[in-house]
Amino acid sequence: MKPAPFDYVLARSAAEAVEALARHGGEAKVLAGGQSLVPMLNMRLARPAVLVDINGAGELDYLREADGALAVGALVRQRMFERWTAARLPLIAEALRWVGHAAIRNRGTVAGSVAHADPASELPALLLCCGGTVVARRVGGERVIPAAELYLGPLTTSLGPDEIVTEVRFPLPRPEAGWGFAEVARRHGDFALVGAAALLWCTEGRVAGARLAFFGVGGTPVRGAAGEALLSGQEPTAARLREAARTAAAALSPDADLHATAQYRRRVAEVLAERTLTAALARCGGNA
Amino acid sequence: MGAKYFGASVPRREDPRLLRGEGRYVDDIKLPGMLHAAFVRSPHAHARITGMRTDAASRLPGVAHVFTFADLARWMKPLPLFGAIPPGLAARVDVTMKQVPQLALCREVARYVGEIVTMVLAESRALAEDACELVEVDYEPLAPVTDMVAAAEAGGPLIHPAWGGNVAVHFQTGFGDVDAALRAADVSVRERFYIQRYVGMPIETRGVVAQWDRRDESLTTWNATQVVHFVQQGLVAALDLPAHKIRVVAPDVGGGFGTKATGYAEDLLIPVAAIASRRPVKWTEDRREHMMAAAHARHQVHDIEIAARSDGTMLAVRDRIWLDLGAYNVWGIVLPYNTVAHLLGPHRVPNFHVECRGVVTNKTPNAPYRGAGRPETVFAMDRIVDCLARELRMDPAELRRRNYLTAADMPYELQIPYRDGNGLVYDSGDFRANLDVALATVGYDALRREQAELRARGLFRGIGISGYVEGTAIGPYEGATVRMDVTGRAVIATGAASQGQGHETSFAQVAADALGIPLDWVTVVGGDTAAIPFGVGTFASRSAVNAGSSIHVAAGKVRGKLVTAAAALLEAAPGDIEISDGLASVRGVPGSAVPLARVIQASLPTFARPSAVSPDFEATVYHHQPTVTYTSAVHVAHVEVDAGTGAVRLLRYVVAHDCGKLINPVIVEGQIHGGVAQGVGGGLLEEMVYDEQGQLLTGTFMDYLVPTAMELPPIETVHLEYPSPRNPLGIKGIGEGGAISPPAAIANAVEDALRPFDVRVTRTPLGPSRVLDLIAEAQGRAGAAGGQR
Amino acid sequence: MKRPVRLTVNGRSVERTVEPRTSLADLLREDLDLTGTHVGCEHGVCGACTVLLDDEPIRACLMLAVQTDGRSVTTIEGLAGAGSGLAGAGSGMAGDGELHPLQQAFRDKHGLQCGFCTPGILLTAHAYLREHPAPSPEEIREMLAGNLCRCTGYHFIVEAIAAAARTMGGAPS
Repeated sequence: MKPAPFDYVLARSAAEAVEALARHGGEAKVLAGGQSLVPMLNMRLARPAVLVDINGAGELDYLREADGALAVGALVRQRMFERWTAARLPLIAEALRWVGHAAIRNRGTVAGSVAHADPASELPALLLCCGGTVVARRVGGERVIPAAELYLGPLTTSLGPDEIVTEVRFPLPRPEAGWGFAEVARRHGDFALVGAAALLWCTEGRVAGARLAFFGVGGTPVRGAAGEALLSGQEPTAARLREAARTAAAALSPDADLHATAQYRRRVAEVLAERTLTAALARCGGNA
Repeated sequence: MGAKYFGASVPRREDPRLLRGEGRYVDDIKLPGMLHAAFVRSPHAHARITGMRTDAASRLPGVAHVFTFADLARWMKPLPLFGAIPPGLAARVDVTMKQVPQLALCREVARYVGEIVTMVLAESRALAEDACELVEVDYEPLAPVTDMVAAAEAGGPLIHPAWGGNVAVHFQTGFGDVDAALRAADVSVRERFYIQRYVGMPIETRGVVAQWDRRDESLTTWNATQVVHFVQQGLVAALDLPAHKIRVVAPDVGGGFGTKATGYAEDLLIPVAAIASRRPVKWTEDRREHMMAAAHARHQVHDIEIAARSDGTMLAVRDRIWLDLGAYNVWGIVLPYNTVAHLLGPHRVPNFHVECRGVVTNKTPNAPYRGAGRPETVFAMDRIVDCLARELRMDPAELRRRNYLTAADMPYELQIPYRDGNGLVYDSGDFRANLDVALATVGYDALRREQAELRARGLFRGIGISGYVEGTAIGPYEGATVRMDVTGRAVIATGAASQGQGHETSFAQVAADALGIPLDWVTVVGGDTAAIPFGVGTFASRSAVNAGSSIHVAAGKVRGKLVTAAAALLEAAPGDIEISDGLASVRGVPGSAVPLARVIQASLPTFARPSAVSPDFEATVYHHQPTVTYTSAVHVAHVEVDAGTGAVRLLRYVVAHDCGKLINPVIVEGQIHGGVAQGVGGGLLEEMVYDEQGQLLTGTFMDYLVPTAMELPPIETVHLEYPSPRNPLGIKGIGEGGAISPPAAIANAVEDALRPFDVRVTRTPLGPSRVLDLIAEAQGRAGAAGGQR
Repeated sequence: MKRPVRLTVNGRSVERTVEPRTSLADLLREDLDLTGTHVGCEHGVCGACTVLLDDEPIRACLMLAVQTDGRSVTTIEGLAGAGSGLAGAGSGMAGDGELHPLQQAFRDKHGLQCGFCTPGILLTAHAYLREHPAPSPEEIREMLAGNLCRCTGYHFIVEAIAAAARTMGGAPS
């Protein structure tokens, strides 16, 4: 399975990258980690005339904490991020263990996965759960896109063909927030059949905030907003968590495919929502 | 003659080069001036080809040739067919069978997605693929046939119109009186089971390199095949060349499992390409091609009924069986009859009737894959046995214990023939002993107690049992030539070929023992038609028995010749000569030992004198193996099911098996482990999925799920040893056995785990979505029945 | 349009000119005659093509050859024997012709059958043991999950890696 022929541009800076994208109209694609793009090239499902390789843009290789968020440059590898977040954002470190395998995570980038927008992948859902944003740059400027506005459909984002993601920002949860993560995959490392990520924090025995996100439940990651609303200000009893999970899952319209039916995804989304909310509660600092 | 090496887990001779990355697989072969092939393959399951334009493809720089059927017509002879009905079988079972051969390129009609339409040769694979995209083919889609049960009925679309139907194989057989037994029975259960389409999927795909030498008009082809002599025979027929002008070599091969033991269009097309283009040609299959063009397997439906007395004694089994053979009935009687012959397995059942239909559909043609009908039939039997146990409220282990044959029953004859036309007689083994050992090893009683405790806490673990009896090592022969060289080293040539089974080691062990020389003095050459003129190949768990027996007997003859020569040299009686460790000596005469090299060299004529003994230290034996020898095993699976997500986790897997004597125990265990892993894949993960239009939906490793190390536990293996009386080594075949029982054991374990939900497992793979559906279905039944939540 | 690429492979500097669409796997196998890196799927799942890029395991089928400019690649041919970039204190490197302890452990424990997946597994394990010298069997299985084997059922592979870890100095956990 060899790719169709393409031209290759090695961009040594973000500016060079966006200039190359602008020059080639919709005929260019950005190459970062390549773990999603190259298989598509090999199968000739993607046939760009030009690949713009940003691996030469050293200025995009940074990871820092600023303004209560983790700012992740476009060249940060998933493996690096996994190590880094083990202490600062364990929800992400746990989720990344489920992303492919080490050899994939050694090359795959955080920004690449966020921009690739596979609805069964973990990072877009985490971005949604944390309330994160991406910085999208083109010739002539950049803009910040919240996760809630980024995902339009399977493999489809609101990014233009001349834009690249230069940074992904994950707001750090409050120190007292607990987290939960669960997914069902046919095999370890496979794309999820369905998954959930949850953050929960309490004040004086009542839920001060809850964030719940699902993946593998349709064309995009989805917030369990109705479930979150049910918990807000309430005592987090087991029954209430279960009801929140049911409410959140009832709002989903998942797809069927080779590996799972739509009802399966909805039913298990509910199970995973309950499990992740329960785990998050157990980890809550304010509730310990 | 001592058995110094037989029975020892000798480290493998082939390992150092493989560990260093210095193996030589077909894609590693590079020849000067080599062209690369790629194929235009039908995107339709069933279509008439009404036109084709290849100009744009031919004009692409770097493209050497674009070949259609018309261009290569003179070589387009029918591809080989297998599985003719042996006379002994035909005499006892009335089989209606149809086979129509495939052609290497589609002439007018494509009958499955992936069938080859056009061949492109170019300077690189990438360029060849570019050119394939420029070939324009006009297709007129025809109605596809995709459901085997529906296709067996009259009135639908036909794949081979001349047949008048889609049933390629049809027969009934049995013994006793099933209807009477059903009337007399206290209890009977009937169920329909579906075994999905799944495949061998070796990590190395197929590949062929061919080189035509115009000077001596000979062809050499390297092929990742298990059956070099079959491939050679196909080329002889198509190319109209004598066999000795066609050399087929299987170099290092990255897994076969039967997927590489059948006849393929590419086996012919690449040599033809080399002849037509006058340049060497290479084709390496890519994974997407492999999914659609390498042989498929399994895929059966069983409508099975069992009757018994209330004490569990089995009285009768009746089964209606359908097999989905894909578009061409390439393998004839093999898969259908294997299925029938192995259905009753280790159980004593006095009345039996089967009706079997092999049906063609617009899918990739099937070929035997590790187990070859046995996994499917064992699934049906072990599932219906567990259904019977449930009906009788009897422990499934106890039900089997009451019905399994023991050593006291051997030899045990079933009143139907085996596939080779000989009687079906279990020659050795103790199936109840397999069961007892398997249950003891897994700690059955303790697991049952644990199951009850965990159930009370809402955790669902289950135990599943499956037992099989396997006719292994089908003959009729696999010859071997044993030849000494001037330095006293031995070369063994055989038609068997290794794709990881370790023949270079295990066959050397047999030879070294029989010759009396050190192990590393032996070189094994397999998979090369130039090394031995007649051969069959490695499949059906046959090589150790067939080739091993030939090697053992031939080496014994060569040893006899060495003894005669040593006697002449050492001036002693042949009866007093000992050969051990590469030295010949006279018994009781210390200091008399001479190296075998000297014995051999001394037999050569000199100017002064002729040979005292002819320097013939070679022997060829085609040991006759008229019928199979029976391996057996019981497998036990211990699973945990997450009732919230449907995920099944395999906690433990135990195998208690008998394959007779072991040449190399660790190699035997490796074969069992590999088979079990493939069986687990079949039980939980793997499926080749087609839609109603015959489109193959599983095209990559993202959809066809091969088990990883995380889906498998350590595999606990216990050997029982009931030597085979049917060959000089007392061994039995073990290449396939591991793959036979896992789907049945796992399915039984899952149903057992979910007993509180009263699910009914009727199909595999048991992925999470299906398991959760089973629970929902059962709850629906319970709700409808009792109105209780 | 072809591009030059200069990289280090198994400690040796090499320079080639390649089409952008040529993968690292194809560069190694076709241009450099290092056929020990095997291609099984070309979509990154089977792991047979795993090599080390600056000491980290990656899929050679998913990396374009042109992207390796200025980088260092280690293949299976560099694991045993002379001239590999892996030699160093405490690495357990063998001399020319000898097997690396990992390779020896695979031989001792029958951790390979057809050998096609083996190079990818050896390099993955080698990199892993450098960071985790005493893995449990469960950790070994998780590490192996990105390498498919169809022959062995993984049983003896896990035992071989555990044995190699002990030989190479990690205490069993």
